Amino acid sequence: MIYLQLFLSYLKIGFFGFGGGYAMISLISNEIVTQRGWLSEAQFTDIVAVSQMTPGPIAINCATYVGYTVTGSVWGSLLATIACCLPPMTIMLALTVFYRKVKNNRYMRGALVWMRPVLVGMIAAAAIMFVNTETFFHWTSVAICLASFWAVWKKVNPIYVMFAAAGAGILLYGVIL
Amino acid sequence: MRLLWELFWIFFKIGAFTLGSGYAIVPVIEHEIVDRRKWFEREDFRDQFTLAQSVPGPFSLNTAVFVGYRMKGFWGAFFAVAGLVVPTFSIMLVVAIFLTGIRDNEIVSAAFKGLRPCVVGLIAVPCVQMLVKMNVWQMVMGFAVLALICFTGLSPVYMLIFGAALGVVLCCINKTEGLKR
Repeated sequence: MIYLQLFLSYLKIGFFGFGGGYAMISLISNEIVTQRGWLSEAQFTDIVAVSQMTPGPIAINCATYVGYTVTGSVWGSLLATIACCLPPMTIMLALTVFYRKVKNNRYMRGALVWMRPVLVGMIAAAAIMFVNTETFFHWTSVAICLASFWAVWKKVNPIYVMFAAAGAGILLYGVIL
Repeated sequence: MRLLWELFWIFFKIGAFTLGSGYAIVPVIEHEIVDRRKWFEREDFRDQFTLAQSVPGPFSLNTAVFVGYRMKGFWGAFFAVAGLVVPTFSIMLVVAIFLTGIRDNEIVSAAFKGLRPCVVGLIAVPCVQMLVKMNVWQMVMGFAVLALICFTGLSPVYMLIFGAALGVVLCCINKTEGLKR
């Protein structure tokens, strides 16, 4: 049963995964944390951090991880990954075949333009969801957050920023404090 | 058959070695497909890429689909996607298996304490970048979505459907809507 639920959940995530990785975080957390209760918020934050540091699209990383954690088996992991890829693959394949017809369709473009504010709201919700006392438990957490924001704003590669933050974490909370 | 494995291998490399957000991989794919193999004209590739961004799903996956399909039909698309997913899946699976065991380790947990606020900062960047480009109505809509997700737990799926429907309706009312960027 859990396999079927997992498959359906990821099918849904794949089908509505507009706007790339960050917007999908809201969608995934709503489905996995809020609706299904398969992971806690802290667990989910950690998964997001890990999938940012490993290669590949974050949605697929996340599907692999959640599939494994929820079922405790490699098959659950594989199932979630496949379910997550299936809808975008099908849609993109169909659109590639009919490419010339949809390219300049103004209704499609209009729909996409007005989906954009929704995506911004979703990304903001993803950021705010992680703002809690577990994430910001010390004033240095706020400092790490602001420094990360500033660095990425200044076009530093996010990977370096994340490794620096992990290093700062080990130094601050493992050694000094 | 050789072409299928070549597609698999190109996207395998992309899946295995490109870290970070999707936008980082665009120049890598363009280099492989346009500059080295000359499979696409640059304009054509960028056009198709815009389409790949507007459909759901990670856009490296969507790019794999259109490049693979153009080269070798359905199986081309299949092999390209498989190439992208296999390394991503394998690496993440290993991480998942080990992380559940070492999550309580003192050093790992300290590292995560540093990473969590960093993730907040990271996500806030594209959000602010997109926000400054919007008009007042779009901002109102963005904040409404934010409030709904945070306070009601309503699935964002309905809001996406609403946004798309609104766009189509506006296109029917206003003849210029959807033509401008």
